Amino acid sequence: MLFGLPLLSLVIWIPIAIGLLVLATGDDRKAPVARIIAMVGSVLGFLVAIPLYTQFDPALSSMQFVEKHSWFERFNVYYHLGIDGISMPLILLNCFTTPLVIMAGWEVIKERVAQYMGAFLIMSGIVNGVFASLDAILFYTFWEASLLPMFLIIGVWGGANRVYAAIKFFLYTLLGSLLMLIAFIYLYQVSDGSFSILDYHKLPLPIEPQILIFIAFLLAFAVKVPMWPVHTWLPDAHVEAPTGGSVILAAILLKMGGYGFLRFSLPIVPDASQYLSGMMIALSLIAIVYIGLVALMQVDMKKLIAYSSIAHMGFVTLGFFLFNAYGLEGAMVQMLSHGFISAAMFLCIGVLYDRVHSRQIADYGGVANKMPVFAAFFMLFAMANAGLPGTSGFVGEFMVIMGAVKVNFWYAFLAATTLIFGAAYTLWLYKRVIFGEVANPAVEGLKDVSKREFAILAILAIAVLWIGVYPFPLTEVMHATVDELLAHVAQSKL
Amino acid sequence: MQTLYLLVPLAPLLGALIAGLFGRFIGPTWSHRVTISLVFTSLVASLIIFMDVLDGNVYNGSVYTWLITGDTHFEIGFLIDQLSATMMVVVSLVSLMVHIYTIGYMHNDPGYQRFFSYISLFTFSMMMLVMSNNFLQLFFGWEAVGLVSYLLIGFWYKRPTAIYANMKAFLVNRVGDFGFLLGIAMVLMYFGTLDYATVFAGVEQVSGETVELIPGMPWLVISVICILLFIGAMGKSAQFPLHVWLPDSMEGPTPISALIHAATMVTAGIFMVARMSPLFEQSEAALSMILVVGGITTLFMALIAVVQTDIKRVVAYSTLSQLGYMTVALGASAYSAAIFHLMTHAFFKAVLFLGAGSVIIAMHHVQNMQQMGGLKKYMPYTYWTMFIAAVASAGVPGFSGFFSKDAIIEAVGFANIPGVEFAYFCVLATVFVTALYTFRLIFMTFHGEPRMDAHTKEHLQESPRVVTFPLIVLAIPTIGAGWFIGPIVFGSYFDGAIHVLPQHNAIEQLGAEFTGVFGMMIHALSTLPFWLSVAGIFTAWYLYIVRTDLPEKIKNMFLPIYTLLDRKYYIDEFYSWLFAGGSRALSSKLWKYGDIKIIDGFFVNGAARVVAWSATLVRRFQTGYIYHYAFTMIVGVFVVLSLWLY
Repeated sequence: MLFGLPLLSLVIWIPIAIGLLVLATGDDRKAPVARIIAMVGSVLGFLVAIPLYTQFDPALSSMQFVEKHSWFERFNVYYHLGIDGISMPLILLNCFTTPLVIMAGWEVIKERVAQYMGAFLIMSGIVNGVFASLDAILFYTFWEASLLPMFLIIGVWGGANRVYAAIKFFLYTLLGSLLMLIAFIYLYQVSDGSFSILDYHKLPLPIEPQILIFIAFLLAFAVKVPMWPVHTWLPDAHVEAPTGGSVILAAILLKMGGYGFLRFSLPIVPDASQYLSGMMIALSLIAIVYIGLVALMQVDMKKLIAYSSIAHMGFVTLGFFLFNAYGLEGAMVQMLSHGFISAAMFLCIGVLYDRVHSRQIADYGGVANKMPVFAAFFMLFAMANAGLPGTSGFVGEFMVIMGAVKVNFWYAFLAATTLIFGAAYTLWLYKRVIFGEVANPAVEGLKDVSKREFAILAILAIAVLWIGVYPFPLTEVMHATVDELLAHVAQSKL
Repeated sequence: MQTLYLLVPLAPLLGALIAGLFGRFIGPTWSHRVTISLVFTSLVASLIIFMDVLDGNVYNGSVYTWLITGDTHFEIGFLIDQLSATMMVVVSLVSLMVHIYTIGYMHNDPGYQRFFSYISLFTFSMMMLVMSNNFLQLFFGWEAVGLVSYLLIGFWYKRPTAIYANMKAFLVNRVGDFGFLLGIAMVLMYFGTLDYATVFAGVEQVSGETVELIPGMPWLVISVICILLFIGAMGKSAQFPLHVWLPDSMEGPTPISALIHAATMVTAGIFMVARMSPLFEQSEAALSMILVVGGITTLFMALIAVVQTDIKRVVAYSTLSQLGYMTVALGASAYSAAIFHLMTHAFFKAVLFLGAGSVIIAMHHVQNMQQMGGLKKYMPYTYWTMFIAAVASAGVPGFSGFFSKDAIIEAVGFANIPGVEFAYFCVLATVFVTALYTFRLIFMTFHGEPRMDAHTKEHLQESPRVVTFPLIVLAIPTIGAGWFIGPIVFGSYFDGAIHVLPQHNAIEQLGAEFTGVFGMMIHALSTLPFWLSVAGIFTAWYLYIVRTDLPEKIKNMFLPIYTLLDRKYYIDEFYSWLFAGGSRALSSKLWKYGDIKIIDGFFVNGAARVVAWSATLVRRFQTGYIYHYAFTMIVGVFVVLSLWLY
């Protein structure tokens, strides 16, 4: 704890407070002020999160930076925060992404600027709350609260079909999480009145309730990840969302689902997790192969990247249910790496969309002639998306494949098809958009990236390459937690 | 010494970064100065290291820890032994020559700096590949050279053919990498590490283990691993049936055809198998497969070269065939002969490609040999260096290609594993074909009557010195490299780097008969390969100098065979129908039916419709009339009461 400050509370409430301040600037006449306050707030949010990494003790598997205050005493609900090697990197990812999103919307968003910037800051704080909560009710509150800003971002600043997409997003995820609430209430009953997630970890449970709880959690988390077959909200949401919304959705919100499996499903119901692992692996492999193929035929750039996201998240869930260190740490790395790469891919598409106002691949061609710097960035991120070694995209996939072969050769075989499909859909997209002769007057008039866009893409490029070349510091903080989790899952609770 | 090891890959990387990121600020001239001097640094360092290795100083150590997961350490590190040191010298020498050549070839190209950045990046990647001491870094280099190859084939990104070819190259290579990565995963699973030395030391324990990938069919673990790894090599070294990308890669600028698609990158697969010799030695199944695949590639690709009219494509198919030779050598456990041929081939093929590039410059980017002829007197340097390379390629005694190829053929003759008869036939028959297509190229291009248009003919001239200088430098080892066959192939040069089991001792038997290079040349005069080669050159001379009308007649006489060769056995058509068409059809079906109709149409929107329908139903009860509600309440009270009473 740095100078005795409640760091976790700060990373949650600073963005929210500044977000409210941004909202208070009011209408668009004060937009420049709103932008600056939002930028300062998001950077501040990131700075406060840095000590979480530097002060983190990687040797400990227990919760760190713990804060616990009574909230509703009558129901044993606590304001209980703490992070371990699984949640800390996710909080950092979130705090890292928010300033980028604010920057990305800087000149692009011209209407209701304060509300747009404010929504992202508030969302950032809420998501930190999701990752840091150790109390089920607190967690559930943050979890549901995170829906609202995104619902508004899609519904207000989205594309033509935004209302359908926003409602589909909202209902899909809301229905999933209601069952999670029921599971919490059940656990509250059997644990003699505790909402502490850490208590649930130790709670012995017979197999039948374990399976029911697993399914309740599964619906909540699978929708978020999203896993096949509850994935169809994501392409629609992405297509309609503004660039910043897509970035946060792909980079951060999907990770909430993955995080849920690690914090709830695996440790609370380990026997059910083992028992149903075959099904989970099957669903993950379908996501990788089926969605990889579906991505190939997309004509809308954002939809293509959305499907590619689902396929990449398939590696995350596959890694979880292999129950070995390669798989689990690989899945974690994949989540973080996907955060950078999908953010970068959506930002790249945003750069094009801001200029041409079309997401259709067919409306582009020969962009490299007019935007060489952009083409170079896009190449790097496309290659990272295709899992090229030396980029972060490789690390997670590599580790998960190494873990999969230990369990069953054919799991690894199917997962490794991503080497082919991932490269196929990404490079084909790149070829049609970037290469070739200048396709039309709109492309002819393109201007290369501005300094602002260059800065955003360069930051992400450094992150992607750094993790690819030297992932050691990233995984180092996870070891103790992952080992502990694996040992915990191996022990029966029956 | 460790600093020098680091310098070898990092110097070209620095060059690539400078030319790539700051190229537009420092301009073309400084871009090539910086990259060339850094690659030259790399060459000097490689030579010093090579000398050091000759003194017996082998190094195996880690640079940094890439990742730790579970109990496994993944390291980035170097293994410097005879094998890697040889490769380092070959790579840096050819790379330097290609850098210099590029000044002339890419003169005034708008992407000049970008090109230098790419080829330096390639040099870095290739160095990481050959210097690696573990599978992870090998895979990193493996994919990185693939990336640069992709970027360079598509260098002229406005050409539809180029951007089709580069995607094809990347994807076909990915099919190979798919197997390669699974092979690496199996290595990690059974050996618990990806470090070469530890893996090779553990071969004994694993060699007897079996695995049932398909229940009821126990396969040797080593065989599965080796075959998977070799699938990777088939992609990178363009072996049948994954060879289809290499001919198309000729869409890239000629310097990279020489550097990447002839001398270095495509030989990565050969290098890898030689590096893994302790593993491959344990698996006869894998060796047999390698023999057969190599044999098919050697002969059938050489046959295609005979009917090509594009000068670069002839050389490209020749490369495929020569890679087949190396592969066959690997299958016969003649690893040292394979590496030796890799080396000599790197030199003579680089000369052939760079020479072809020189011709293309002179011809104003015409590549069709039917429009050439008689270039000899205009381009003496290009002619004579290419002639030397052609003689070496055809296997005329005294030139480098003769020694390496003859060693391979003889070694295959001594080998005794299944498939060897077929491979032997292929490599023998190909000697004739090689001589034929190589000299067909020489005769059609440089001899006979000029067939180009008047304008081109007026401007014919020898290429500038930056182009001819690399040709001359590379022509020297094209002649002389073969003379080191004694120590390198038959001697103890590769001891410690390459392992051969006693029962696969073809090279040892051959070495017992070896009586020096002159003995080898004299002995060759009484063997079939020599006469096949002479017959090939003679046939080419007769058909393309003496009776130039004959080729057309032969073509018409055997039209079906000609068409089959001209269409490359229809493999491209077959692949594009099966894989490209198939996956697109499948994927659009999955999307339209799976996602749109079933999941969204039936379940998601269906659920919404059910809710809407039940809502309309419920709405009927909410009429707003008090008496409806009162009536319902009375009925409800009645029902509850009667249930309670009952």
